[in-house]
Amino acid sequence: MMAEYFKEYFTLFMGAVLVNNFVLTRYLGLCIFFGVSKNLNASIGMGMAVTSVITLSSLLAWAIYNFVLVPYQLTFLTTVVFVLLIASFVQLLEMIIKKYAPTLYNLWGIYLVLIATNCIALGVPLIVAESAYNFPQTVVFAFGSGSGFALALVLMASLREKLQLADVPKPLQGLGIAFILTGLLALSFLGFSGMIPL
Amino acid sequence: MSTSVLILVVMSALGIAFGFILAYANKKFKVEVNPLIHLVEDVLPKGQCGACGYAGCQAYAEAVVMDPDVPPDLCVVGKQAVAEAVAELTGKKAAAVEPRVARIMCSGSADKAQRGYEYNGVQDCAAAALLFGGPKGCQYGCLGFGTCVKNCPFGALSMGENGLPVVDEEKCTGCGKCQSVCPKQVIAMVPLAARVHVYCNSRDKGADVRKLCASGCLGCGLCARQCPYGAIEMKNNLPVIDHAKCAACLEAKCVPKCPTKAIAAIVSPAQRELVESVAGA
Repeated sequence: MMAEYFKEYFTLFMGAVLVNNFVLTRYLGLCIFFGVSKNLNASIGMGMAVTSVITLSSLLAWAIYNFVLVPYQLTFLTTVVFVLLIASFVQLLEMIIKKYAPTLYNLWGIYLVLIATNCIALGVPLIVAESAYNFPQTVVFAFGSGSGFALALVLMASLREKLQLADVPKPLQGLGIAFILTGLLALSFLGFSGMIPL
Repeated sequence: MSTSVLILVVMSALGIAFGFILAYANKKFKVEVNPLIHLVEDVLPKGQCGACGYAGCQAYAEAVVMDPDVPPDLCVVGKQAVAEAVAELTGKKAAAVEPRVARIMCSGSADKAQRGYEYNGVQDCAAAALLFGGPKGCQYGCLGFGTCVKNCPFGALSMGENGLPVVDEEKCTGCGKCQSVCPKQVIAMVPLAARVHVYCNSRDKGADVRKLCASGCLGCGLCARQCPYGAIEMKNNLPVIDHAKCAACLEAKCVPKCPTKAIAAIVSPAQRELVESVAGA
């Protein structure tokens, strides 16, 4: 029984991290992906911030979806409600962190505002709602999605830091080579697609 | 009908609920900020130019209040007055701030400089510079598309009729924004009091310069030999002027000797005032 649960959640987690990586196979959250992947420290901070925001906001969204929208047959309002929910939740989180964890705020503060209107923060709750996940599945899937984003970001930042020493042709310098790198990373992540039957 | 009413009710209920939660959280989780930071920020010019080395005026205000090692005179834009005010507020000592001004180190106007090709692309220096270094024959000169003019936070730059930007010394605060956006690095931030400058940026040899521009510096070194104070030194085919030594000189012997008039002494109203006060003293 236990092993069965473990297997199910592990599959869900790895699926969200590797197989359906939000950046590299679903192409969401690309603006922060390119914006914050210039140095490793910033990307780690951003990765953690995104993971926690996605996990917490998906839980809230799950509750609102299942206890308000579904019983009153208002599921067509899902997108609008989630936008409102996530934007206010990120604001709230920012205030709480600022008050109780100033060090964390200095580390994350600027990224939190960026996340408030990001497609990945909206995309995960919407997929959760669509797939009709239950509560523990939502936790695992949202955490996995965030971790997958963080993984992609950290990989990319490490590559771009190395790239600063490389002799890149002039027209490709900066964002140009970053796009090419992302394409190559996405190709390599495609290799995971047969691993877990969905 | 009933659905639209329901939407209205649910959305406004959610909106109001989130609004109240946020308002309550704003009160409950309020963080006390040192009020001195706001006072210092009010004194700063709010150009948000970043010349002090911080992200903006607010970041600098925070740093100068919280960190005892941050000097109060980093704001070049605010000059002496702001440095003194910040020093007074933070109880730090301000060193003298030397007013700086931007100068365009190129005199290759449209009639004097050769053109390499006709450029019809995006009217921006950075874009033009990407295409074989720009349409100007000289690889070091001002391209004249006015990227600096567009980026000046204080409106101190304008495009002159001869295709070179003009600096309004009254408005220029010396923040250095124009210098950082110029793809040719042809703008130099120099002390306002410095009178003699070489208005050419070309590191080419004299013979090459002569082919491309009628007012370029040939790197002949006549000015350096003329200077009785040893203030001019030749580096990379360009004279480099030591403004501290140059300030002692009132006759500017270097200027009339220059074969292409690339070196010049400026006498603007603000400048004249400064020179007279120095000469009077």
